Amino acid sequence: MHEGSRRFRFEVSFPMTRLYFFQGGVHPSELKISQDTPIEELKIPDRIVVPLSQHIGAPCEATVAPGDRVRKGDRVGQATGFVSVNVHAPISGVVKSIGIFPHPIGRPLPAVEIESDGEDAWTDKLKPHEKYMDLPPETLKEIIRDMGVVGMGGAAFPTHVKFSPPKERPIDTLIINGAECEPYLTADHRLMLEEPENIIAGSQIAMRILGVDRGIIAIESNKPDAIDKMKGLTEDIPVLEVVALRVRYPQGAEKQLIKTLLNREVPSSGGLPMDVGVIVQNVGTLSAIYKAVRFGIPLIERITTVTGSGVREPKNLRVRIGTPIEVLIEACGGFTSDVGKVIMGGPMMGVSQYSLEVPVVKGTSGIVVQLLSEVEEGSAQPCIRCGSCVRACPARLMPTVLGVFAQLDMFEEAERYDVVECIECGCCDYVCPAKIPLVQLLRYAKAEILTRKKAA
Amino acid sequence: MASLGLGLVARRFGVELDPRVEAVERLLPGINDGGCGYPSCSQFARAVVEREAPVTGCVAGGEATALALAELMGVEAVLGEKKVAVVLCKGGKEESTTKFTYRGVEDCKAAVIISGGDKACPYGCLGLGTCKRVCPFDAVVISENGLSTIDSERCTGCGICVKECPKGIIQLVHIGKRVNILCHSKEKGSEVRKKCKVGCIACEACVRVCPFEAISMEGDLAVLDHERCRVCGLCISRCPTQAIEARDGPFPQVEIIPDKCTGCGICSMVCPVDAIEGEKKEVHVVSEERCIGCSLCIDRCPTEAICMRAPGDSALRLASP
Repeated sequence: MHEGSRRFRFEVSFPMTRLYFFQGGVHPSELKISQDTPIEELKIPDRIVVPLSQHIGAPCEATVAPGDRVRKGDRVGQATGFVSVNVHAPISGVVKSIGIFPHPIGRPLPAVEIESDGEDAWTDKLKPHEKYMDLPPETLKEIIRDMGVVGMGGAAFPTHVKFSPPKERPIDTLIINGAECEPYLTADHRLMLEEPENIIAGSQIAMRILGVDRGIIAIESNKPDAIDKMKGLTEDIPVLEVVALRVRYPQGAEKQLIKTLLNREVPSSGGLPMDVGVIVQNVGTLSAIYKAVRFGIPLIERITTVTGSGVREPKNLRVRIGTPIEVLIEACGGFTSDVGKVIMGGPMMGVSQYSLEVPVVKGTSGIVVQLLSEVEEGSAQPCIRCGSCVRACPARLMPTVLGVFAQLDMFEEAERYDVVECIECGCCDYVCPAKIPLVQLLRYAKAEILTRKKAA
Repeated sequence: MASLGLGLVARRFGVELDPRVEAVERLLPGINDGGCGYPSCSQFARAVVEREAPVTGCVAGGEATALALAELMGVEAVLGEKKVAVVLCKGGKEESTTKFTYRGVEDCKAAVIISGGDKACPYGCLGLGTCKRVCPFDAVVISENGLSTIDSERCTGCGICVKECPKGIIQLVHIGKRVNILCHSKEKGSEVRKKCKVGCIACEACVRVCPFEAISMEGDLAVLDHERCRVCGLCISRCPTQAIEARDGPFPQVEIIPDKCTGCGICSMVCPVDAIEGEKKEVHVVSEERCIGCSLCIDRCPTEAICMRAPGDSALRLASP
């Protein structure tokens, strides 16, 4: 099929060009038990802990001191370096302390502790832009950075960095990622149903920044209501099309999404979507971009799904950044019985938490609570060389071989077998009948290779 | 024909190898541990022959190798004291608390990726045996209590475990320096107390009791300066959490040479444990039960009438100045 016919079909908004497939992946039970629960506003907690490092890149420097009064939206952390964004006060109140607090990544990190004054008053520094589409792309990028917008799908990569591809990498397509392929999570789903206008407006801003005239809204077909809603709203916008994806984990991973939609392959060894002319943004991020640009509202809240058989009433909550997860679980009626695991993020890629004091951060898409009976499993057995992990790996690696290399400290070999291409999606772990902790082994090998490179 | 050609070429262009290099290599342990600073045993051997490396350079081979190499090379070996590895943590499963139940790869370096490991104390020994796995001499034992312990008889002080421990809690110490503060937690005392029964709580009792100012506080952690420590062990009895420990072996002791003693009594005044008794102007005696061999009296005796009792173990002589 040549370019012309494709464009033609596209403009008369025919059904989408055919879908391609990515290799590997798994289909775990979807368990989207909270998909019909409308977003609920969580009451403002008395105390909030805002980590200064909520994104990939350099942590912020605190710009407030203990005792300072802050109002909602005031900047409390200043970005340091290009790959860094500001953080803002999610509530109004008094800065109680600046110290080291528990962080979802597993080790305590610097954060600003704010005690609420109960007023929830906005700062007077908000800068709305009514005619935002007339702003030059550079100004838009600056606003996005100042308002602390990061990728809200989980990785929390600063959005303005993604929007700054070098000149030699022309971008032709923006992919709007509403796949939400992790089991349980429904935050993006609800957002698409309840705030689709924000997502579409955000997408238009993103396309203006990138100078592209093609945007694809990608949604897994297990969310038919969201697909219909988005289709209805984009009918008059020819540059945006909605595509229903087959349900397959990790469909929402950037590289797999690009392969499925455009049949383009992001080159290995450090390749990025921009190398194939694509930028992928999560729907939540685009909604945040719109709010930041149109109303000057910084990223101080997000939608988080609290779910799993361990909570009484699974819900989709609109929460302020920095709210301890304890408060979220309480708002969902507390734990049902013996809790085995509290996972921040989805069950496939999320991080288990050992403390309920950790705060919600910009990348917290969900809290999944699993019961003890669900997580208790026997210990790892020897590999039976069934090859399930090799078939399941969407990065087309050989997890079992890499796992053995990691166990034997054969890091050079592991590197030669491209362990650094592992996206840590967890498919290999999920299918392994011997219960070998493959992702951990691969992460270990990756970490070791990185430290050795740094040392050299 | 080809073999003939090869033979000729080999003879014509072959590089002369010092036969001593091979001889030296044969004397080395051949484990390529890198303790000498060279990547392999053969490279070290070459350096020894070229007089770039000292004959005592092989840490793993120890005294015996050094003496053999000295003989071969016709030089005198100046022996230092053997070093051994010490794990600076006493908080096993019994004594310390955990953050969560860890189920995963049985290796400390892989375990620290997951929230820094299961131990509540961020400086605690995880006991998953990375040190045991890398030790070429089988000197590491993981105890039932989930702690790594080092057999100082087998340890050669090669330092591989020191480099590999992801918590950085293994230290090389001269074998004679048997007293060690077995805690590496830089957290506040109140935090340590919550997480471990045998951690340093920064009470500074050891700092106050040490007659040689060998212990100082680095933030909230007592740190022992082994250069100054005279292995008297006074600090051991003072530590409320038993975080200071001595490896097995007798403590050194002093004795008084009766002929030289004038009975001035200075020694009994300076003795921190009241181990020296005697009437004025009479010959004083040292109580074997109480003397801890701190050697304070030796420093102060005006007539040089006190010396260390020959303990047989060369290492212990270090305790005397």
